[in-house]
Amino acid sequence: MDLQKVRADFPILSRTVREGKPLVYLDSGATSQHPRQVVEAERAFLEQHNAAVHRGAHQLSEEATDAYESARARIAAFVGALPEQLVFTKNATEGINLVAYAMSNATGFDGAERFVLGPGDEIVVTELEHHANLVPWQELCRRTGATLRWYSITDEGRLDLDSIELSERTKLVAFAHQSNVLGTILPVAELVRRARAVGALVLLDACQSVPHMPVDLTAAGVDFAVFSGHKMLGPTGIGVLYGRTELLEAMPPFLTGGSMIELVRMEGTTYAPPPQRFEAGTPMSSQAIGLAAAVDYLGAIGMDAVYAHEMELAAAAIEGLSAIPGVRIIGPATTEDRGGAVAFVVDGVHAHDVGQVLDDRGVAIRVGHHCAWPLHRRFGVAATARASFAVYNTVDEVAALVEGVKAAREFFKVA
Amino acid sequence: MQLEQMYQEIILDHYRTPHGAGLKDPFDAESMQINPTCGDEITLRVKLDGDTVSEVSHETLGCSISQASASVLTDLVVGRSVAESLRILAAFQEMAQGRGKVEPDEDVLGDGVAFAGVAKYPARVKCALLGWMAFKDAVVRVNDAKEATA
Repeated sequence: MDLQKVRADFPILSRTVREGKPLVYLDSGATSQHPRQVVEAERAFLEQHNAAVHRGAHQLSEEATDAYESARARIAAFVGALPEQLVFTKNATEGINLVAYAMSNATGFDGAERFVLGPGDEIVVTELEHHANLVPWQELCRRTGATLRWYSITDEGRLDLDSIELSERTKLVAFAHQSNVLGTILPVAELVRRARAVGALVLLDACQSVPHMPVDLTAAGVDFAVFSGHKMLGPTGIGVLYGRTELLEAMPPFLTGGSMIELVRMEGTTYAPPPQRFEAGTPMSSQAIGLAAAVDYLGAIGMDAVYAHEMELAAAAIEGLSAIPGVRIIGPATTEDRGGAVAFVVDGVHAHDVGQVLDDRGVAIRVGHHCAWPLHRRFGVAATARASFAVYNTVDEVAALVEGVKAAREFFKVA
Repeated sequence: MQLEQMYQEIILDHYRTPHGAGLKDPFDAESMQINPTCGDEITLRVKLDGDTVSEVSHETLGCSISQASASVLTDLVVGRSVAESLRILAAFQEMAQGRGKVEPDEDVLGDGVAFAGVAKYPARVKCALLGWMAFKDAVVRVNDAKEATA
């Protein structure tokens, strides 16, 4: 991988911030930056091929539909799935809500009995989930009377597999592939095995894994997965829900309206097969084209190379930050089963203040609870600082992070 | 350097030795406020003597800005009438939300003028206001309780 060549594809990386400081962007876990190729793909579509997809018989409509479905196929291949197994959503959050609402819509929907939930049934999550993979399940339980249970997290930031036992009443196990805070990679194969043993469905939140490492959803054996475009060099406004074919075919719709129908009469409606069944209304099109361009871009580099590069950065960050007195990494201290998010606390300096000092030096990180409030409570901290990497970051940028954290300690006189 | 503009020495002094820190009994009303974007929390208690704010105490789990702001608030409102304290609050809020364009009145805001630099950082305005929102809420609760017993 030619890092300088990659960086040259991202115009934003050469801008300055806060009175002329070169931007050091270490917040890709929140949202990543776009290479020219993504912006150009969107522009080419909008300037030359734009039309409503799956409608109309004119040439532009054909071109737009082909571009949209080609995007679906390329994104599907990128994650080891079939095109018809991918539903485009507004974002990953909507993908999770789609499954949760499909489950509560299952009562009385022909063929959807296996999705029906009621009192005594269980949904299982983990304590490290992003709010997006927690709150929809809390709400589903509230609507249906089911019970929410969760695996706890060890002091080292690993999943405690012994913390709960699944039961015959467990209907769904939902968990992050990679923690957006700790960086921990969860044991997907073991969790799938345990879920299968009790007949539960599995939903994988792959928002932090698909952009950073090779992921094959079919090989992983999960039933559902979600990821978002803007965390993987693609546009905002698009997310992906993956579902096994037989499940999507049996599942009731979430949003209803145009495009998702088969036959509509005043008395009632039948629905299109998936994925159209789950794409009500005119879909986002340039965003899908942009995301496919992002997938092409990452695929050309190779996800093994992307992962190796990001782990080099994570290792440098863990080593550099751990060497500063009073700095504690929240999450695994080694690169084993780990991704590139590195969260930390600085004794005597609140995360907001760490972030402010870094910002003054041009270094952009995330501070706060990163939409994983229960996880922060678990570790007894209100907030952490988090550096997260993407394919375009450099070891020098990690060094700027480490120097900035040292400067924060000096500024607040805790050094 | 921009950093010193935001973290003026007055703010850092209040942060290191905050006034009113540690919850006190007795009190007339308590309010807990949360900043949902970062998880910071403040619990603030108010005691009134007639119409005068006689004591403010607080426990803050937050950044230097939110802790220093609660400390400055304590200095500014204790000994004032409720109406006066709410006028100071309004002036502080106007400055904090002014994007750095509101010239603060030191006669009204005292050490609070040091937060004018914070107003240039929209992400930190909530931090500066957290304690003040707790104070406002607590005062409303005291008045509600009075009306209920009147």
